[in-house]
Amino acid sequence: MKYALLIYAAEKDWAGKSAEEQKRIYDEYWTYTVELKKSGKMLSCEPLDPTSTATTIRVRNGKTIPTDGPFADTKEQLGGIYVVDVKDLNEAIAWASKIPDARAGSIEIRPLMNVPEM
Amino acid sequence: MSQTARTLDRIFRTESGPVLATLIRILGDFQLAEDALQDAFTAAIETWSTDGQPASPGAWLATTARRKALDRLRHLRIVEAKTSELALSIRLERGAYGWRDDIEVSPVPDDQLRLMFTCCHPALSQEAQVALTLRTLGGLSLAEIARAFLVNEDAIAQRVTRAKQKIARARIPYEVPERESLPPRLDAVLSVLYLVFNEGYLASARGPLVRGDLVDEALRLARSLCELLPGEPEPLGLLALMLLHDSRREARTTDAGDLVLLEEQDRTRWNRALIEEGIRLVEQALRMGRPGPYQIQSAIAAVHAEASTAAQTDWRQIAVLYEQLLRHQRTPVIELNRAVALSFATTAAEGLELLARIEATASLERYAPFHLARADMLRRLGRRDESRECYRRALPLAQNEQVRRFIEQRLNEDAR
Repeated sequence: MKYALLIYAAEKDWAGKSAEEQKRIYDEYWTYTVELKKSGKMLSCEPLDPTSTATTIRVRNGKTIPTDGPFADTKEQLGGIYVVDVKDLNEAIAWASKIPDARAGSIEIRPLMNVPEM
Repeated sequence: MSQTARTLDRIFRTESGPVLATLIRILGDFQLAEDALQDAFTAAIETWSTDGQPASPGAWLATTARRKALDRLRHLRIVEAKTSELALSIRLERGAYGWRDDIEVSPVPDDQLRLMFTCCHPALSQEAQVALTLRTLGGLSLAEIARAFLVNEDAIAQRVTRAKQKIARARIPYEVPERESLPPRLDAVLSVLYLVFNEGYLASARGPLVRGDLVDEALRLARSLCELLPGEPEPLGLLALMLLHDSRREARTTDAGDLVLLEEQDRTRWNRALIEEGIRLVEQALRMGRPGPYQIQSAIAAVHAEASTAAQTDWRQIAVLYEQLLRHQRTPVIELNRAVALSFATTAAEGLELLARIEATASLERYAPFHLARADMLRRLGRRDESRECYRRALPLAQNEQVRRFIEQRLNEDAR
């Protein structure tokens, strides 16, 4: 069963951290990712650049309208994604709760839709 | 209702939970299991009225339902696309019985435990957990659940359907949690059962039928949880707590339906049998040496139950127990209860002082029992004007009609 673990955290908090603090969190992510990879359950790992680099696209009446910024202004922003292949929701919850940002931010677990022949 | 229909109705109540639990494991699909069980009940109405009731209704229903499920799957296999056909045959193989029709199935108690943990999985909202538990384990109809919670039936139906979809699509597992995650998961199950009980217990104003359904169901489920997890003390604590509360059922309202405070209840109307069972269970739980919030709360209820008059209540003991409870759950409501106990163990003035400290947190400002406790302490100190002010503040916050009437009575008495 495949799940996306969507990492939401406040970018503001990240920017306010000292260089050492940021390095410590990077290291934590590194350790976690290595552990997940070694378990053979990681399908992909996609950290995202901050929302200041985001462009949101809407097509209205056939016209493409790009706007600067993320889809929604929220307190926490999508910062990265892991895709895992695990037994069930309990195992997904176990992996999600080890993600460093689970402590300050939130991890949303979404099952991937099973679309055959895609 | 004919004799057979009545018998069937009773059997449905008692057997549907266990049978459904086993069917879900065998079929690996909530909805299919429920539909198949429905088919089996329809078959039972026809067969049992001519051939008589089988020796083991549960096994008959489970076996028949499994066969009905196979019929449904065969039909689906013909009409559905290739992909789902594959999924279905995989699922059946996992069920280990393949496509054979002549398999005998009996409900297994462990399946019920699995189902409880699945229905009360924290990935479902608590509202959904409650509805799903009552529907699947309790065998209550959607209409009954809707009536009990004063919501319309469509809303309940939607809640249950959505929960079942989430179980299937997010793959919430059908299993008893591992040792290390058992305590938090068990907490979720216990709070659903307690919520169902309280809903029934506090709703007595809405008529005895509603109340009875939920209280009985909560008690029945708590009993089976105790049987299924004999080594765990908290389910025993919860069951004891429910029994001790329920023992006061007759005494807690007047014939007109007015609320009677604990200290004013006619204790000869308390149900001694329930009290004795409750106290026995508390002791049994505490002997396991792993105290928890439900055990402590039931111990508090037991202290009340053991006092033959309100004046004889061992308030000091109760205050100590609340202090222990605070170590498990530090909430303003428990602090409030401790202050009330202390006000009786020592003086109303000391109770007031404690309340003033809770008041500083401001979290109970919208909570009627807080103002009522204060009003009562002031009243005991003869500070009637301040007391009336507190009753007045509590009035618009009253949780239900009974409490509102009680406050009005107090205001009227004091006006005299």
